Amino acid sequence: MATSEAMLAIEGLAATVDEKPVLKGIDLSVPAGEVHAIMGPNGSGKSTLGYVLSGREGYDVTGGSVSFRGQDLLAMEPEDRAAAGLFLAFQYPVELPGVGNANFLRQALNAVRRKRGEAELDAMQFLKLVRAKMKVLGMSEEMLKRFVNVGFSGGEKKRNEILQMAVLEPAFCVLDETDSGLDIDALKIVADGVNALRGPERGMLVITHYQRLLAYIVPDRVHVLLGGRIVRSGGPELALELEEKGYGELQQAA
Amino acid sequence: MPAVAETIDTVRDVTEAGYKWGFESDIEQDIIPKGLDEDVVRLISDKKAEPAWLLEWRLKAFRAWQAMEAPHWAAVSYPPIDFQEASYYAAPRQTVAPKSLDEIDPELLRTYEKLGIPLKEQERLAGVAVDAVFDSVSVATTFKDKLAEKGVIFCAFSEAVHNHPELVKKYLGSVVPAGDNFYAALNSAVFSDGSFVYIPKGVRCPMELSTYFRINARNTGQFERTLIVAEEGSSVSYLEGCTAPMRDENQLHAAVVELVALDEASIKYSTVQNWYPGDAQGRGGIYNFVTKRGACRGAKSKISWTQVETGSAITWKYPSCILQGEGSVGEFYSVAITNNRQQADTGTKMIHLGKDTSSTIVSKGISAGFGQNTYRGLVRIMPKAHNARNFTQCDSLLIGDKCGAHTVPYIESRNPTAKIEHEATTSRIAEDQLFYCRQRGLSEEEAVGLIVNGFCREVLAVLPMEFAVEAQKLLAISLEGSVG
Repeated sequence: MATSEAMLAIEGLAATVDEKPVLKGIDLSVPAGEVHAIMGPNGSGKSTLGYVLSGREGYDVTGGSVSFRGQDLLAMEPEDRAAAGLFLAFQYPVELPGVGNANFLRQALNAVRRKRGEAELDAMQFLKLVRAKMKVLGMSEEMLKRFVNVGFSGGEKKRNEILQMAVLEPAFCVLDETDSGLDIDALKIVADGVNALRGPERGMLVITHYQRLLAYIVPDRVHVLLGGRIVRSGGPELALELEEKGYGELQQAA
Repeated sequence: MPAVAETIDTVRDVTEAGYKWGFESDIEQDIIPKGLDEDVVRLISDKKAEPAWLLEWRLKAFRAWQAMEAPHWAAVSYPPIDFQEASYYAAPRQTVAPKSLDEIDPELLRTYEKLGIPLKEQERLAGVAVDAVFDSVSVATTFKDKLAEKGVIFCAFSEAVHNHPELVKKYLGSVVPAGDNFYAALNSAVFSDGSFVYIPKGVRCPMELSTYFRINARNTGQFERTLIVAEEGSSVSYLEGCTAPMRDENQLHAAVVELVALDEASIKYSTVQNWYPGDAQGRGGIYNFVTKRGACRGAKSKISWTQVETGSAITWKYPSCILQGEGSVGEFYSVAITNNRQQADTGTKMIHLGKDTSSTIVSKGISAGFGQNTYRGLVRIMPKAHNARNFTQCDSLLIGDKCGAHTVPYIESRNPTAKIEHEATTSRIAEDQLFYCRQRGLSEEEAVGLIVNGFCREVLAVLPMEFAVEAQKLLAISLEGSVG
């Protein structure tokens, strides 16, 4: 079902981690404007898919191709993928001691803008932009003054990821277990933030273990990843079915 | 253009590749023949038309030096230096001393402009008076008149010898005696120039003072001397920057800096040291063997050293404070980077003599490539220093797996009321930090720059603004090519 119109088109993607095959031939297409969910039990390769797409070292592609907005994604450096519009919201956002959150965000935004041939924002322009985004996300400005993710609660870290996403305005977002470690209130806030970014020009891949996130971020399509392959695809109702029956049945079938 | 933007632009211009300060200026020079003996010491003194007492002082230092051996305790290695192979005096040739900047060799002015240090006052960095030292001599000092209105003396050392002999005589060698150590003795014998600063009682120096050191001549050493005296209740912030051409041979820089702070005076001394570090294989570069010491003589006086050390093939440097006055305060904030084959053995000495004295040491060492970085520090509490306090924080950051970080703290307490704290950490730039930054669009080098700046933030935060911007960029440049 990979079509040339898809924003992200993955074909036969295989990858190893420490020489162990983890992805064993993934076919997946996400058109602009759609949100697709990847569900699966632990160890099925969900996070690996996110890292392979974003180009992390140690995740070695052994086969297949990924086309992103018509470009060969796998040939690009991680920062070029980011500039091309690919964003990964991390399952475990990384701490950067001593690096101010605002400074980090502005440098990232300007790096991406430079690569796109756009003018950089000065400190004032940036502050105006980031304040507006924070308001929409219901975040306190105090977060800008802190060091990136240092001493952040689980919920704050995830919200910070969504803030980065909102500021960088990527064409395509991969959310890796964004719901993990969140209580229900935090989950709602994060989901609202994600939903605010949904739009006809933007694609999303939501990686999750549980259905509960998908009650708030309703996907257009749901894919089940098992043993490194997509074993089933369907509409949002598939998530509910999995919630009821678990992955056991599918695991046996696979 | 505002000064800060100018600094950023200047630095950006020079960041495009490697060491961009490595050019050589074509300036007619007066260089004395290689070699060192008493006649050379006399010749230098004679060229400066010095009074007899100063020549005697030099000769005493020279004789002391002859009986000394180069120190070997630092964790640095280099072939023995042949002190007869260098020339001990080089100066731009100028028959008559320039009375104003208009009389200075335009090539010299261009050199400093290239370095981002415009000496013409109308183009100067906002609020900073500059003394430019080219090879062995001070070539220009800006804003002298404006400073003189407040009674502040800021001039070339050799000029101070003539115009303020009583001050020079009183304080020269009073903090770092002529025979203090091998390199200080050498400097005392052959120093050619440097800066002299005197802040009178109760005066807050109205602008930052800055000396910009440039080594240009081949086969010469640079031996400058800086003396800063802050009278009762006065304060001054002093900045020091340094660069040199790229050469395949090593060059020696052995400076002495003496600071004297009287009652309630405060001296802030900031250095951005960017001498040529040598190439990736370790060829060339400056040997930076420097003695810097401050005496907090007065009650509640304060001396603060801030240094960002990115250059030099070898750095051997321990800016120290002698905390004599009751309640005096010593501070040492340092960032030292070693990349490629650079070696640094640097730290501080805090000698607590008086009651209620306190000292703070924050040292950030960054090692990359094959660099070796040693923090060596001494905290000594003498018997009469009741209620002395010291806080030391030593952090090391490693980039790659071929470099080294070493921490050698010496703590000697002879007073039971002393409170001494020492914290040390060693960390690496983690793969996940780099990937996180790159996923957000930063290149690997930008990511390293950001993480390193974060690591150094406590030190960068205390640098004067003019220097902070330059320092941040320098950190990034110094680490170019250190990852991947």
